[in-house]
Amino acid sequence: MVSLLDIIGPVMVGPSSSHTAGACRLGLLARGLVGGTPQRALLELHGSFARTGEGHGTDKALVGGLLGFRPDDERLRTALDIAEREGLDYSFEKTTIADDAHPNTVRITLEHNGEHAVMTGSSLGAGRVLVTEIDGYPVEVTGNYHTIVMVAEDRKGSIARISSILSERDVNIATLKLTRKHRGGDAFIVIECDDPPLDVALAEIESLDWVRLARRLDKVGA
Amino acid sequence: MYKSLAEAIRDAESRGKSLASVALEAESRDQGRPQEEIRAALRRALVVMRSAVARGLVGDMRSASGLVGGDAAKLREGPAGPLSGTPFRDILSRALAVQEINAAMGVIVAAPTAGGAGVLPAVLTGLADARGISDDAVVDALATAGLIGAVIAERASLSGAEGGCQAETGAAAAMAAGAATEMLGGTPSQAGHATALAMQGTLGLVCDPLGGLVELPCVFRNSTGAAIALAGIEMALAGIVFAIPVDEVIDVMGEIGRNMDIRYRETAGGGLAATPTGRRLARDRLVQLKKSDT
Repeated sequence: MVSLLDIIGPVMVGPSSSHTAGACRLGLLARGLVGGTPQRALLELHGSFARTGEGHGTDKALVGGLLGFRPDDERLRTALDIAEREGLDYSFEKTTIADDAHPNTVRITLEHNGEHAVMTGSSLGAGRVLVTEIDGYPVEVTGNYHTIVMVAEDRKGSIARISSILSERDVNIATLKLTRKHRGGDAFIVIECDDPPLDVALAEIESLDWVRLARRLDKVGA
Repeated sequence: MYKSLAEAIRDAESRGKSLASVALEAESRDQGRPQEEIRAALRRALVVMRSAVARGLVGDMRSASGLVGGDAAKLREGPAGPLSGTPFRDILSRALAVQEINAAMGVIVAAPTAGGAGVLPAVLTGLADARGISDDAVVDALATAGLIGAVIAERASLSGAEGGCQAETGAAAAMAAGAATEMLGGTPSQAGHATALAMQGTLGLVCDPLGGLVELPCVFRNSTGAAIALAGIEMALAGIVFAIPVDEVIDVMGEIGRNMDIRYRETAGGGLAATPTGRRLARDRLVQLKKSDT
């Protein structure tokens, strides 16, 4: 359903909703994976992002997103300089991610305090984005919800335990998807929530001994 | 939201309401939000639109490639033409201003898209300022414009990559024409005819930006788009009726877009982008861009 406010909006830094606003949102989502501004970032640009990205400020928007700037933040224009001041060591490469990848796709590899994360995502147009892969696991994260991404041992009762932690903290689950590479292997869980999951809830989930990783991707949609 | 402008017009006229008011009712119902909240969001959009116009008219911002910038100020202060001192010239300069700001990574409202963001603020604020129309009435006009844009998104497209520039600045001109006609006292039917009259004038318009950048001709397409919107408004308020119903005009815009060669859909493979000078400028400027980044 088309909303009036999707048509008269969003408010954004120009020049392109797909190459600037969408790129910024992908940077913001990736930032969530390491829980803050990363120390190092490799951004591999595919397709139209690689060909016309610089003229559209795609590079500035991606780095601005990693710094936590939103699509309407005028600091996006000088994000590359700000990154240097804030100690974010970034580099860009042009690549072909896959022949059938969306034309506006980026793979972001981040390093922060010894932790690593790799995220692949595309800008679909009109500022909408889709994260398609995190740390080698296929996912579908739109950023329209507050999202928790987890890697856990595949064991019985895990979903019940996680949902009870979230409901105790007053977080309502909108969608939940579990994928695994094989039975008994690691399960990859993506939970979209209506309410922002509090750090305490996330810490509690991460402290479970069968959870390897829990990350929060804050809502970046309109 | 409505999927047919004819239906919205019938609904409004049978109940003695404006298109703005049936649009706000529909949005409030769809989203489960009070109308006042939606009006408040539109009011914030109007503030951003006005500041983009003001910022752009200063004329000191340039796009990353240096291809565009400063022309809005030229139209504001440059030598007189036959339409100097009229709202027409003022509106052309406002459309350039917003789009120059967009190209320079300034803050704009993507309405309906970033590439077509100059038309609506130029036409609505230009006419409102010329006629002393209140911001409340301009907020209503933004609701009407949103309704028209939503119908276009539903029946055709609002993306240059899908439907060419007719789907971006063309759609923006249609939205501005319908919205301003109602803002100036026209009936919902007249707003429908203004929408159709503006859109028929941009059918087939290709998306051919140099180097694929939202700069040239995009900045000027916004000012000519505003001019076409003004033509639609003037004709509709004079009582001119466009014989093809507005929904059918929108449908055919979508059909033309779907059949448009890929070269003319934001790929820089055809149109002005592929002229000898277009190719040379894009090459030179992109090289310069890389140098300035290092």
